[in-house]
Amino acid sequence: MTVYILCFVLFLVGLYGVITRRNLIKIAIALSIMEFSIFLMLVLIGYIDGGLAPIVDPDLAGQIYVDPLPQAMVLTAIVIGLATTSMLMAIAIRLYRKYKTFDIREIKNLRG
Amino acid sequence: MDTLIPLFVAIPLISAFLIVILGKLVKGFHRFFAPLILLALLVMAVIEFSSLGKSSIHYTLGGWSTEGGYPVGIYMVLDGFSVLMLCIINLIGFIALFYSLSYIRKYTAESNYYALFCLIIAGMNGVVLSGDLFNLFVFLEVSVISSYALVAFGVGKTELEASFKYQVLGGLASMLILLAIGLIYWKTKTLNIADVRNVLDAGYSKPYYIFIQVLLISGFGLKAAIIPFHAWLPDAHSSAPSPISAMLSGVLIKAVGIYVLIRLFFNMFVFTHEIAVVFTTLGAISMVIGAFLAFMQWDVKRLLAYSSISQIGYVVMAFGMSMILLVRGDNYTAAALAIAGGVYHMVNHAVFKGLLFLNAGALEYRLDTRDLKKMGGLSSAMPVTSSTSFMASMSISGIPPFNGFFSKLIIIIAAINGKFYLLATLAVVISFITLAYFLKFQRYAFFNKPLQKSIEKIREVPFSMSFSMVVLAILCLALSLLAFPSINDAILRPAIHVLMQSDIYSTTIMGL
Amino acid sequence: MEGMSTIVKKVTQLMAGIIFMYGIYIILHGHLTPGGGFAGGAIVAGAFILLILAFGSSALNLKKEVSGTSNVESVAILIVLLLALMALLFGIKVFFFNYLPKGEPGELVSAGVIPLYNIFIGIEVAAAILTIFLALVIFKEESSK
Repeated sequence: MTVYILCFVLFLVGLYGVITRRNLIKIAIALSIMEFSIFLMLVLIGYIDGGLAPIVDPDLAGQIYVDPLPQAMVLTAIVIGLATTSMLMAIAIRLYRKYKTFDIREIKNLRG
Repeated sequence: MDTLIPLFVAIPLISAFLIVILGKLVKGFHRFFAPLILLALLVMAVIEFSSLGKSSIHYTLGGWSTEGGYPVGIYMVLDGFSVLMLCIINLIGFIALFYSLSYIRKYTAESNYYALFCLIIAGMNGVVLSGDLFNLFVFLEVSVISSYALVAFGVGKTELEASFKYQVLGGLASMLILLAIGLIYWKTKTLNIADVRNVLDAGYSKPYYIFIQVLLISGFGLKAAIIPFHAWLPDAHSSAPSPISAMLSGVLIKAVGIYVLIRLFFNMFVFTHEIAVVFTTLGAISMVIGAFLAFMQWDVKRLLAYSSISQIGYVVMAFGMSMILLVRGDNYTAAALAIAGGVYHMVNHAVFKGLLFLNAGALEYRLDTRDLKKMGGLSSAMPVTSSTSFMASMSISGIPPFNGFFSKLIIIIAAINGKFYLLATLAVVISFITLAYFLKFQRYAFFNKPLQKSIEKIREVPFSMSFSMVVLAILCLALSLLAFPSINDAILRPAIHVLMQSDIYSTTIMGL
Repeated sequence: MEGMSTIVKKVTQLMAGIIFMYGIYIILHGHLTPGGGFAGGAIVAGAFILLILAFGSSALNLKKEVSGTSNVESVAILIVLLLALMALLFGIKVFFFNYLPKGEPGELVSAGVIPLYNIFIGIEVAAAILTIFLALVIFKEESSK
């Protein structure tokens, strides 16, 4: 159970970063931390003590394998995370070129 | 019509990448190819709609069906509710794309715009068709990531800022959704929506699932911009190019927000009274606050964006009321009426909000401003824009004989039948406030004395823009026919049927 | 962006080929061992990124490179989709159906279309990551000018 709680703590660390940081890049990093805490949790869900990688070998009858589905999910989610992060970076760099700063306190045209 | 189902996702995906390659080689390729693809998708959706009726079909990717009673493949499910959403998505998509033919010429990198547009359509079709939680998440991200890019398409200061805000909040929402999906998989060991329902029917621990439901409400609530989660919507929807605003406000928040919420809460989870009350309250709050916030805006597109929040509130409130009534289990006719009102208002909102954003785009195209105070007297200069936006405004504020009147009337009647007198009163009052701010929009944009001297130079917008606005305005009138019982039966009944008998989804798909 | 010192350049020259080959191995054995298209593609892209970092972006003619990688990416993903659509013509006529002969489990040439998907997804991922990286490099070059 401890590992799941640690995952949740990591999630909260990311959430804290998203809420309190003022730098665009740091916000992106904090979002990535949140993402990876969830990936860790998903992999742990599929983990079974003493399980092998899920390539079923007919010679080893009765062998325990870990659950492959969360691993597939995590791989797909990592791809999605890559797309989101690169999108965030692209926008952050564009913003930097317009404002010459990464500080969100100085980037606020939109309100209301 | 089984083979058509995967093509709803495959065709827009393939055309997106074809546009990227061939758009560079063949000049103007994207300009005729993309509308053709969207038209083909619309025709396919209508064919499915007419052939489906009350039945539901499912499609297993790669031929992996069930293995010892457990679904192992990815399911794509088409039933009354999803086929209705499919029709709306492809209809508004086609019209917004046709409108962009003239509108988007002022931007550079046109071919990228069309490619991203096709991706957004592919993602939304995938979300609506998917019968599997994780697949749904993937398609949701496809459509949402391309919408991030499209919001920032103008690469001005405000566009980039709005897109960054949208991405941070959207990323947060995705994380909450992924967490909820992981937790569901942990306990049920399945991701198939129908199978999860069957597992839950066998018994479940309530607090655990309440936690998951709260996560899902926050996640999809962020995507659908229900009130406490709405901060990104006015910025993102007002900064995007206008056809994209029409897509975002018209269909995206419904397809990836409301549709998924309704599908999961009606067909996957077992109803609980607490969640039903939360739904209704959130809906009522967004309906009220969205309307008041919209009233204060002077930017046309911000006004429309806030009014989207308010109208989505109507839809969520209607579904919430029907959930409460279904939990109580004593008043099924009122519940069916509330669901009918919710579905009907969702369809109507796609049409008239799409039209209003296209109107705002036409104003921006000719005047280069979105500020209501700088407009005025345009009714003679832009007759098509003026008349269509008048129809849309009357429709959204609930004036007969337009479609908005009938859907709001059905919601209010359902509220009275279900003895929610406070909600019925609120719905009526908010309808009047909606009328007030849309009269403000009409008066300042079209009927005031012209402020600018150069008003004579302003002409009507090009053909493709005015044509799409006229089509949507005609639909505004035509959809009010759905209020007649026989037509209503043919078009809305399959969707209501799926949502009313909440077990029917899981039992027909798993073949029980 | 300037290149790094001679030691770094020499070591990356030696390493990049090995990393590239390792990426190809991961892609080709995707259906037999953990890994596959995405992981292998990321490693292949890593080899290129290492070279660009060591030798500096000034060594490349960047504008051309970006459009090249993004074209490769689009073609590769189109081929993946066409492979999936071809399944509508063979066998039980289902999207994403594995229509090629399956072969012996454990062999390199087995598992039907899955190695083909892996190869093209690998190319797609490598090209996509490289495109993103080069786009960011170009951003930096332009803003430092």
